[in-house]
Amino acid sequence: MIELSQQTSTNALPALFRHVAALGDYAGYIVADLGRMGVFLFRALIGIFRHPFRFRELVKQLNFIGTGSVAVIFFTALSSGMVLGLQGYYSLNKFGAEGMLGSAVSLTLIMELGPILTALMVTGRAGSAMCAEIGIMRISEQIDALECMAIDPFRFLISPKFLATLISVPLLTAMFDIVGIFGGYLAGVTLMGVNPGAFYSGMERSVTNHDINLGIIKSFVFALLLVWICSGRGYFVQSIRGAGFGAESVSRVTTQAVVFSSIAILIFDYLLTAILL
Amino acid sequence: MSAPHGTTAGESAEAVIRFVEVTKSFSGSKGPHTVLDKVSFSVPRGLTTVIAGGSGQGKSVTLKLVLGLMTPDSGQILVDGKDVTRLRGESLRHIRTKFGVLFQGSALFDSLTVFENVALPLRERLRLANDEIEQRVMTTLEQLELVGHENKFPAQLSGGMKKRVGLARALQLDPEIVLFDEPTTGLDPIMTGEIYNLFTRTQKRIGYTAVIVSHDIPRVFDLADQIVLLNKGEVDVFSSPEEIRFSTKQYIREFAANTMTLCNERTKDREHP
Repeated sequence: MIELSQQTSTNALPALFRHVAALGDYAGYIVADLGRMGVFLFRALIGIFRHPFRFRELVKQLNFIGTGSVAVIFFTALSSGMVLGLQGYYSLNKFGAEGMLGSAVSLTLIMELGPILTALMVTGRAGSAMCAEIGIMRISEQIDALECMAIDPFRFLISPKFLATLISVPLLTAMFDIVGIFGGYLAGVTLMGVNPGAFYSGMERSVTNHDINLGIIKSFVFALLLVWICSGRGYFVQSIRGAGFGAESVSRVTTQAVVFSSIAILIFDYLLTAILL
Repeated sequence: MSAPHGTTAGESAEAVIRFVEVTKSFSGSKGPHTVLDKVSFSVPRGLTTVIAGGSGQGKSVTLKLVLGLMTPDSGQILVDGKDVTRLRGESLRHIRTKFGVLFQGSALFDSLTVFENVALPLRERLRLANDEIEQRVMTTLEQLELVGHENKFPAQLSGGMKKRVGLARALQLDPEIVLFDEPTTGLDPIMTGEIYNLFTRTQKRIGYTAVIVSHDIPRVFDLADQIVLLNKGEVDVFSSPEEIRFSTKQYIREFAANTMTLCNERTKDREHP
């Protein structure tokens, strides 16, 4: 009996060591990956200020990330605002407080839904495309070609995307807020018959500069997170464990980039709200 | 380990690139796989070095190591006396200005036209005026018989044309050293011959040092002043295909037997087409 138990424990030890070694190996990979991504962020931000500035590329990216997202943001905002208007009316009506609808709709949109839904929609539309584009450039050696021509790939390729996202997302968020409030007005005032004066005055009385600043800060942080994660995952497509090779690696890493960006945006949303509210 | 056979071109001419005891391994599912094991050889200035060997023997890795796109586990890689394994940032970028590279898949930028691809190094590196860029690009395109295709995108080009555009881009700044990574892979025999003709013409005109990684044996040996054979992490350097035959190593004799058969067949084809 003693012999059997000793044998079992001897057999179990190498297996245990293997698990611990695998865990340590994975932890090492995570630390290396975070380090890589940290250096990537630093170089991308420095690249914005390096000469010569690629103005035409910036305009192209603004057009793709900003102008190209206007339609999807418009419809998301209008639908969110209208739903908010209807649900707000339904809840407030129970307490006879329909007059507060303007305040509820505008505060929810400006502080919360505007920044977060804009960031998530831009991640899905432009972030995924950004990740796939950079990933394909990496596996087809186009990024290597830039380095071999002594052209900084960050200044040439990554930094214009960073700057364009940092400009576009706050502007799209502002558009989301305005269209969303209009949607809330449409549902609450036009459809449900809330007094338009009460809607406007409620909004005017409750929304402060602090609330608007919180929305702006959130939109900047979310923009940075989405462009950092999406372009970074594409840039390091060949270094990501388990991503595979070739076209398959780009598709897997693009999915991973969208998921990671969305989770990061949601986590930072809570943190920023907790810190700045 | 390095095992030079006889006097190679690399020993008699000044070396522009030197590998000194370079080791490079990759981690795999079955543990680390050593691609280069304390490899040493030199690339002579102004001449053509062909790097040959089977798939997965580290031929393309050798080129990436020279360019500083990968770092070796140990050893030195000297380009004009400077160790690229220790260089970072601006100094690495400065060393890279000596090189032109023709990538296996040409690595053209999909969103840029042929003209813009070839003009890229002039715009980004020399920052010339538009008129001068246009004049220089059109001259190069004319030399490589690409006039009329300048407004096309890479997706609209054939494999051979992509290689020619890649070569035009690589040669745009008259580099001292040009690295060719499988320059004829995927091309038909006529296009392959055309690429080699372009290589010979441009090398004569610019006088660059060439390093060619290729599977196209024995054709590529016609161009070689020095042959570097890679096999299971080891390297052997020869000054001619004939010299390979006298090697004492079994795998090299096998390689030579296959190569010489192909060489003889080619000679017969030339004599009795």
